[in-house]
Amino acid sequence: MSEETRELSEGHAEEDLMAAIRENIKACMQCGTCTGSCGSAYAMDFTPRQMWRMVQLGMVDEIFNSRTFSLCSSCYYCTLRCPRGLPLTESIHGLKQLAVAKGVAEKKGARFYQTFLDTVRRYGRVREMELMARYFIAMKSPVLPLSFTPLGMKLMMKGKVSPEMPQFFRPGKLDGIFRKVKELEARS
Amino acid sequence: MKYFYYSGCSLEGTALEYDISTRAVMQALGVELIELDDWTCCGASAAEAVSELLSMVLPARNLALAARMDQDCDFVIPCSACYLNLRKVDEHLDRDEGLREKINAVLQEEELSYKGGIKSRHLLDVLATDIGAEMIKAKVNRKLSGLRIAPYYGCQALRPYGGYDDPEEPRCMEPLIEALGAEVHPWPMGAKCCGAGLMTTKKEIALELTGELLKAAKGADCIATVCPMCQMNLDSYQKKVSQVKGEDLRISVLYLPQLIGMAFGLNAEALKLDLNMAYTDSLRTKLKN
Ligand code: SF4
Ligand code: SF4
Repeated sequence: MSEETRELSEGHAEEDLMAAIRENIKACMQCGTCTGSCGSAYAMDFTPRQMWRMVQLGMVDEIFNSRTFSLCSSCYYCTLRCPRGLPLTESIHGLKQLAVAKGVAEKKGARFYQTFLDTVRRYGRVREMELMARYFIAMKSPVLPLSFTPLGMKLMMKGKVSPEMPQFFRPGKLDGIFRKVKELEARS
Repeated sequence: MKYFYYSGCSLEGTALEYDISTRAVMQALGVELIELDDWTCCGASAAEAVSELLSMVLPARNLALAARMDQDCDFVIPCSACYLNLRKVDEHLDRDEGLREKINAVLQEEELSYKGGIKSRHLLDVLATDIGAEMIKAKVNRKLSGLRIAPYYGCQALRPYGGYDDPEEPRCMEPLIEALGAEVHPWPMGAKCCGAGLMTTKKEIALELTGELLKAAKGADCIATVCPMCQMNLDSYQKKVSQVKGEDLRISVLYLPQLIGMAFGLNAEALKLDLNMAYTDSLRTKLKN
């Protein structure tokens, strides 16, 4: 993870973001439509409906200790169906951003996002094989790559990706944009 | 007909066959695709999980590149995640003046600006709405008779914005499949989630969701997809999912433009069928006859 990307997430005004999410969810009437629409709800420790109540009540620690928001696949079913028309998926993105900013995001997910964005900053585009290589290095996990191996091998056999080594130490294509975003977010 | 073409990162890598078949089909239909030489990543699902502003700026940069080309046309975008990200920019710009200023302050770093107004459209929308079943049917010279195809739309092509089809019970792929001479596999799963990025971060859940989809596809010869993420989740983990579910769930999964291209008489090389992970022998044989 580079300095730019790390600081980018730390630059958030955390409390403002949490307040904005609370404001978004203010009108929730606890009907449970979101939970009933969610394909991941079966694996969550709190259902989406319960989590929105926790947001209303400002139970910040409980929210970030739960795995609920990290299991969201951004399918937008809840957003589509919420009878109050609340921006639910967007609010979950807000919670994910907060988790990264607070440093409480689950290592696996957060590292993946950071590694991804770092590749974007450096090259402008993502080369998938290189992204995976960087991710494994960032995770410092010798076992993790195995869980991708069938896919990785298949992709290489099919010639979809070239097994290039990552190039470190190069100024990034989108350095300017990332720097400016960080600057503006620190100010807000 | 002409469009700006935003292929996105996946179509340069794991979804190369989606890019190549889309271009081939568009060419056969006489549709012009305008390239943006210097396009960059839309941020995928990573930017929105880290920074709101970055998740707007990354797609906006591509819209700004198009804006300075002085061409009056829409974007056509084959990847559902890219489509959602690019479309999101205009949806937010219209509502939020402060955000517009912030985005432009960042774009200024590259001497770019974007005021809004370029429409971002999913490839499926363009195929179903602008081109339409009639025009496709007119180009068919090798009917896919006897083939039963399960139309899979996934999430972000339809939700939250969509507008060209029902976001819960989409139907717009059906006339296209019928135009190819194939039969539609009726199933209730067309708009259900494949697990998307959870395949990387929460594999067990994605395998569960994918398993339900593959089970419901039984009886079809092939699933048609319109997104590289859906395609990857459905085609690359079939062995694993079959283990988890305790039944053989292998099935062909092809991109919609590949199926259209086959019916147009384009050859396997032109459609890069050799790159698909799940193109079964039984489908191959069926197509030969
Ligand atoms: S669907 Fe909307 S109103 Fe109902 S519980 Fe969920 S967030 Fe609250
Ligand atoms: S967007 Fe997330 S929380 Fe909402 S239904 Fe889909 S997976 Fe569940």
